[in-house]
Amino acid sequence: MRAGVIPAAIARQPWGIILPLCVLNGFGALVLYSAASGSWTPWAIQHLIRFSVFLLMAMVIARLPRDLFKLAAYPGYIGLVFLLMLVDLIGAVGGGSQRWLNLGFMQLQPSELMKPAIVLVFARFYDGLPPAMTQSWRSLMPAAGLLAVPAGLVMLQPDLGTGLAITFGAVSVMFLAGLPLRWFLGAGAATAAIAPVAFFTLLHDYQRNRVLTFLDPESDPLGTGYHISQSKIAIGSGGLFGKGFGQGSQSHLEYLPEAHTDFVFATMAEEWGLVGMLAVLFVFMLILRWGWRVAQNAPDRFSRLLAAGMTCTVFFYVAINLLMVVGLAPVVGIPLPFMSHGGSSMMTNMICLGTIMAVDRWSRRGTGLAG
Amino acid sequence: MISGKIPHVSSGTLQNSFDRRTLVVAGLQAGVGVLLAARMAWISLAQNEKYTLASESNRVNLTLIPPRRGAILDRNGAPIASNRADFRVDLVPDRLTDPDRTLAELGRLLKLSDVRIKDLRDKLDKAHGFQPVEVAAGLDWDSFAAISVRLPDLPGVLAQRSFSRWYPTGPSVGHLIGYVGPASAEDYEKERNPLLITPGFKIGKDGLEKRFEQNLRGTPGARRVEVTASGKVVRDLEMREDIPGQPLRLTISAPLQDYAARRLGPESGAVVVMDCLTGDILAMASMPSYDPNSFSDGIGRIEWKMLSDDDHVPLRNKVLRGLYPPGSTVKPGVAMAFLEAGLDPEATVNCAGGLRVGNRVFGCWNRRGHGTVNMAKAIYQSCDVYFYHFAQQIGMYPIASMMRRLGMGQKFDLPVVAQSYGTVPDPAWKQRKYDKPWAVFDTVNATIGQGYMLSNPLQQAVMAARIASGRLLQPRLLLDRKAPEAPSMGFSQEHLDYVHKAMSDVVNGPGTAGRARLPMPDVLLAGKTGTAQVVGLHISDGKSGPWKYRDHGHFICYAPFDKPRYACAVVVEHGGGSAAAYPIARDVMTYLYDPAKAMEVLLGMEAGWGGTPQERLNAKYRAYETRFGTSAPRPTEDDPVASADARAEAASARPLPEQTDAASPRPEDPAPAAATLAAPASAPSPSASEAPR
Repeated sequence: MRAGVIPAAIARQPWGIILPLCVLNGFGALVLYSAASGSWTPWAIQHLIRFSVFLLMAMVIARLPRDLFKLAAYPGYIGLVFLLMLVDLIGAVGGGSQRWLNLGFMQLQPSELMKPAIVLVFARFYDGLPPAMTQSWRSLMPAAGLLAVPAGLVMLQPDLGTGLAITFGAVSVMFLAGLPLRWFLGAGAATAAIAPVAFFTLLHDYQRNRVLTFLDPESDPLGTGYHISQSKIAIGSGGLFGKGFGQGSQSHLEYLPEAHTDFVFATMAEEWGLVGMLAVLFVFMLILRWGWRVAQNAPDRFSRLLAAGMTCTVFFYVAINLLMVVGLAPVVGIPLPFMSHGGSSMMTNMICLGTIMAVDRWSRRGTGLAG
Repeated sequence: MISGKIPHVSSGTLQNSFDRRTLVVAGLQAGVGVLLAARMAWISLAQNEKYTLASESNRVNLTLIPPRRGAILDRNGAPIASNRADFRVDLVPDRLTDPDRTLAELGRLLKLSDVRIKDLRDKLDKAHGFQPVEVAAGLDWDSFAAISVRLPDLPGVLAQRSFSRWYPTGPSVGHLIGYVGPASAEDYEKERNPLLITPGFKIGKDGLEKRFEQNLRGTPGARRVEVTASGKVVRDLEMREDIPGQPLRLTISAPLQDYAARRLGPESGAVVVMDCLTGDILAMASMPSYDPNSFSDGIGRIEWKMLSDDDHVPLRNKVLRGLYPPGSTVKPGVAMAFLEAGLDPEATVNCAGGLRVGNRVFGCWNRRGHGTVNMAKAIYQSCDVYFYHFAQQIGMYPIASMMRRLGMGQKFDLPVVAQSYGTVPDPAWKQRKYDKPWAVFDTVNATIGQGYMLSNPLQQAVMAARIASGRLLQPRLLLDRKAPEAPSMGFSQEHLDYVHKAMSDVVNGPGTAGRARLPMPDVLLAGKTGTAQVVGLHISDGKSGPWKYRDHGHFICYAPFDKPRYACAVVVEHGGGSAAAYPIARDVMTYLYDPAKAMEVLLGMEAGWGGTPQERLNAKYRAYETRFGTSAPRPTEDDPVASADARAEAASARPLPEQTDAASPRPEDPAPAAATLAAPASAPSPSASEAPR
């Protein structure tokens, strides 16, 4: 459009996603700056550095060809399953839960990478499946196996939140791939029937407590209900415009637990009020809407499913975290993308967005290039 | 769309399906977004007030500052109970994360003994989560600093400056003043006052500390601070000073009280000193006692063991709660009754060691007899026969009525926790109580202060003061206003002079307490001895053998004999006779006139006893700690002092065992008693044995 003013390489970038991301991460850094009692260290500056690095990474991903994605889908999946087994094995030997692999220069959390990987492998699977077979069991059984292995391994760690995130991503792709609606309704009904049994048999005590607390947070405000109570106090005391930047007593006096990670939204809400909350919600809406647009305009079935699945994965992060923070979901250790301090979730979400950006690029270039 | 058994699915239908389902999923996601926005608005707008309040109550911590307790002062303004500024360390059980590690760390830092740590553990086990538990008070700066720097690693531990109650004379004032301690769960239930669970706050647990709790307590100060979740103070917001409690001024003379308590020595007994002009109680000591200073952090295992092993009932205030047959100390009062009834004091009776009434012979303590006895001799020689004889003539009612007028069996209007007031029997009382007619031996018993007759040491002091002054003196403990003018008892001065002279002769003449004479020529002491049997002759002679069977020793007195100023009563429980009591009275009265001389005597005695009561208690504690250590049983009562008082109350409410015979009067002095025993062939002995055994 304005090729004469702005260089083509810059104009080509998907600004519809980069700008909201910059706003959100910048705001996230401000909140972390306040949470550290007005200091750029240790969180805010690291947050910005990570964002820059991972945005660059996303742009690199965006330039990868579709064939490479298709090619990497199965090997990448198998490699991650192998790493998950390794993590579980180390955990079993070391005693206690283990989610990390120490690579020396960084802590690798394979379950995080599995979130985009499961979407990729499912998009690849349904892309390869002849359309006629989507209505038959052949469309379900292999997919169920592809999901059960990593989800099971992650739940064994035990990490319920990530397990659910992986399942959510996979099921979203299955739904969008056009599998019969009655299967989903049936599975939903079955889950509703099994959930109470699973609640009392499969869950660990601490997981069970979290759910019970969620149902009645005031029952034990100093014990397991503490997180939710304090988060609601932070949000509720912020009011419409908040207590002012750097003025949040809940976070600064350490009443709010995980004020810079899982409950960073409450930290923000206390100081910025409802206005800040709606603004953040709006930016997330922009990001997710962009994701859906890309999916709808994608040139082929694989790209469509890929972009839509990645959007759902990002949505799952945002929704579960916010529902938890406002007391509508039990406490699960899921951070808020682009605002919470933490490298793993930033990486996962940027991989997801980078993938969507790639799909965006493919559709802009038309179908010809990547056949 | 295409319907049928085998739906035809093409990539086109899948594309359609994708588009539709995308709308559904995106729509659901938008729905979640709307739900979130609504929830956020609900919490932050509709419930803003509620959560703002919650946030403020998180942020701001209101700390109560325990008020300084009002001092308890003696009549001259000397402190009996005061406050000492010190450092203290408390535990809040709710906030402890690792009690074992915390206790071990505190034990190491404060150098606590194993017993102290075990006591702490007992207290932690018993305490409700919100009740602070005192670890140590009266710390020096170094220990306090050592704890303070480690506070971040010791959650639930509080170190603070505070004021501790301090009783300079310790055990000497235990029963009189009581002690303070942390409020119990019941106290808190009753009052619901957050001050009661403020670390460092103590409430009165016994005695005057308990009785005047509301006056002494004062108003707490408050400190509003901003705190972090872990309790760290970020900054002070507001500060309000405490208002100290009102001081309490007593009629007690602190040095005299201390002297009297110390002079009782290892004996179990009580001393009461009253002012004969005002009724002011100058001293009321009961020993053995507890050390109120060491009770303020609760009663530990060793203390509990010491208390439960001690047969001298150190938890009973014997002045108010000890009921004893007053023995012959009633005789001056009985003599007053005779005089009032018109008996000529010069009327005599011949004492041959016993009095025959019908076919019974009632023995005199002096089996050899006193010969011809008039009233004066009957008092100074304590002749029982004289009183038996004239009591038969005059009857029990005038005697009982006089006893009551003199204060026996009376409850006084005193601000004390409890009084036991004993009995003055008469025929109507016996009929009512036992449904039995009054017998001759009942009169015999009553006239020598035995049988149903029971009194506490305070009543005996009041009796002495009323006989001395001829005025209806009321004992007074609070120096809050001018002493009311005591009305006359209505005695004739002639009668008083007569009895006074006889009582002086008890000490200064040919009486039973020659050794009670004061060591100064110008002050003459007047008194009356009493030896009250505890068990019959068939069990013990009352002088030797098991302690609990020995006779009680009594002495009532006043000085100067012709111008009464001070009255005093001494009871030595199971002292073996009045000889255990009157030396104590003599020294206490000496202290009033010549403190230095009296103190010299006391210090000599304490050298033999192993120091002051405080030092002896401390030594005993150390011995017990070495011997029993942590194996001592944990206290089974939360408040042993209150429990002991409840037992005393129950005991005084229990009806006395029915008396079936005359008590055998006991020799007034061990020395003459020995002489009596040495005279085997004395005439009255066979007749005395006529009494059925």
